[in-house]
Amino acid sequence: MELTILILILPFLCFLILGIGGKWMSHRSAGLIGTTGLGLVTLLSYLTAWNYFSAPRLADGTYATLIPYNFEWLPFTETLHFDLGILLDPISVMMLIVISTVSLMVHIYSLGYMKGERGFQRYYAFLSLFSMSMLGLVVATNIFQMYLFWELVGVSSYLLIGFYYTKPSAIAASKKAFIVTRFADLGFLIGILIYGYYGGTFGFTPDSVALISGGSAMLPLALGLMFIGGAGKSAMFPLHIWLPDAMEGPTPVSALIHAATMVVAGVYLVARMFPLFTAYAPDTLHIIAYVGAFTAFYAASVACVQTDIKRVLAFSTISQIGFMIVALGVCTSADPHHGGLGYMASMFHLFTHAMFKALLFLGAGSVIHAVHSNEMSDMGGLRKYMPITRWTFLIACLAIAGIPPFSGFFSKDEILAACFHFSPVMGWIMTVIAAMTAFYMFRLYYGIFWGKENKELHSHHTPHESPLTMSFPLMFLAGVTFVAGFIPFGHFVSSNGEAYDIHLNIQVAVTSIVIALLSIGLARYMYKNEKQPVAEMLGKRFKGLHTAASNRFYIDEVYQYITHRIIFRCISKPIAWFDRHVIDGFFDFLAWATHTTSDEIRSLQSGQVQQYAYVFLCGVLGLILLLIL
Amino acid sequence: MIQMEYYLVVSTIMMFAGIYGFLTRRNTLAILISIELMLNATDVNFAVFNRFLFPQGMEGHFFALFSIAISAAETAIAIAIMINIYRNIRSIQVRNLDELKW
Repeated sequence: MELTILILILPFLCFLILGIGGKWMSHRSAGLIGTTGLGLVTLLSYLTAWNYFSAPRLADGTYATLIPYNFEWLPFTETLHFDLGILLDPISVMMLIVISTVSLMVHIYSLGYMKGERGFQRYYAFLSLFSMSMLGLVVATNIFQMYLFWELVGVSSYLLIGFYYTKPSAIAASKKAFIVTRFADLGFLIGILIYGYYGGTFGFTPDSVALISGGSAMLPLALGLMFIGGAGKSAMFPLHIWLPDAMEGPTPVSALIHAATMVVAGVYLVARMFPLFTAYAPDTLHIIAYVGAFTAFYAASVACVQTDIKRVLAFSTISQIGFMIVALGVCTSADPHHGGLGYMASMFHLFTHAMFKALLFLGAGSVIHAVHSNEMSDMGGLRKYMPITRWTFLIACLAIAGIPPFSGFFSKDEILAACFHFSPVMGWIMTVIAAMTAFYMFRLYYGIFWGKENKELHSHHTPHESPLTMSFPLMFLAGVTFVAGFIPFGHFVSSNGEAYDIHLNIQVAVTSIVIALLSIGLARYMYKNEKQPVAEMLGKRFKGLHTAASNRFYIDEVYQYITHRIIFRCISKPIAWFDRHVIDGFFDFLAWATHTTSDEIRSLQSGQVQQYAYVFLCGVLGLILLLIL
Repeated sequence: MIQMEYYLVVSTIMMFAGIYGFLTRRNTLAILISIELMLNATDVNFAVFNRFLFPQGMEGHFFALFSIAISAAETAIAIAIMINIYRNIRSIQVRNLDELKW
């Protein structure tokens, strides 16, 4: 447990070494340093998890919450202080495993994927920075430390999206990601301040809260504002617009940051504040559930028509995060047997989703590496050329579609059960979205590996299977996807900390399997063959809907309109005018006045030494006269 | 015995001669000589006041000695500056040296 501090220090050291010394390193050694550092971190994380979960439970059946390190940074009052430290509890330890595993796989994968790229050292430096900040985020002991690392994560995401900084679209995407999430973080910060003022603490648990009068009315607002920050990072509607554009970054980055770790920070935040939500703001929690459900539906419908494979995966990520948020939102109590199941389901889905979504992205990266294009029309029929990628991709697709025995089935089933427990309507909505998930994932699968082959392009440049550095992570993650569902997750993480036995709800499970199989069948029927008459016919019949969905229902245009037409024109322009003419004008006047005055009186300085001496003498005589008289 | 006032009259004359020279001479060397005259006037004052008012102390004499040493150094530097000025503008007339204003 004392070694946990190394989990943060090692990647930071890697970042410093690679960031400062990378210029003089070969690509090979830079990659090795980054990967070895992260390998050690992974080892330490596993060790920590092993030690943590093998320790005996406390008397009330929960795992102890450990704080191996704590440093009081800025004390304000007895209870209110900024601390920096490391907090180990079931969800932070679980996140340590998720982050370090995916990060290590991405480090290994990048050795092959980024081979020969300009700025390879910089890439690894930023990956290390990201890993450090993400790990710091999950082990934060208080909301303010979390906020610090939250911003660091945002910065490293910005740096990595804009990795190809010579490409204008990448620059625009990185700025968009940063500005949108930063805007959302404003809500987070205000939420923290309100929470700190009324709750008198930055801690995570209800028993650390010492409400001042009127606080119970303000805490739901504070938690809601914090959720806005979480919604920005987790790409909840309507703050999701940055995530699809973030796909401009290198694909392994998308796998690490924009699929597995950073985008679930919002989910983690809600899970972290979960005791507070259930204690003070159960209604806010339900609003969160509706936001999540709408996002999941919206993203799933857009994902059905996108043609850029990374965009499909991006929308699928948004949709799956929506699932996790819904699962948290439908909780009505902290007891997993009575309405608290969603907490465990959400964390379980976070865990499994991180693995199979990273696998999907890495698989997509492998495909992109082979055909040098993101467009589905340049692919098709790749199953002959890339067997490993194809099989691992298929496993991930089955997992996300919710087919047993793959991991996604178990976690999604728990989510659906929690939703049905909340209200049948919510349950059915989520079931429909799950069906859409299965449909678009298999549309993607058949579009890439079956369907119409782009023979012209492939004869020109034959696609090939990726090198071992890239296929090993695929196989590893596929293996994890195979077995992760059988982990007795409820024993480790549950809403009240006690062991919870996951038991499948047969009715829900059978329904979801049948619906998923039907959707897969539909996708197979529509997209498997060379000719796709049904898909084309549907595209023509519902032309308006199809175009709207391809354009993501014009949300970006709405943003453009609001920012350019309303905010820029009505607020920013007058402010700019005021700045330029009133504020600048005042200081310009000061400078002008000084200049003119000095210009007028400078002829007094003639440069004639004797004249100065004469004045000096007169002055001295005057002083003497004054003193004598 | 010579009275203290006599010495002071001499030093006052030297002082005002120096001031007059400083204000009216056109040649920088002459101005420098005027400065030396003023300095020597103060040196005489130091010595005289020490001798007549505090005969048991030596401070005034030492100040006079220091002042002589410093004025020697100052003269050396001033002459070096004048040589450089002459090299640059071919003149050491003080009227011409007004480039450093503003």
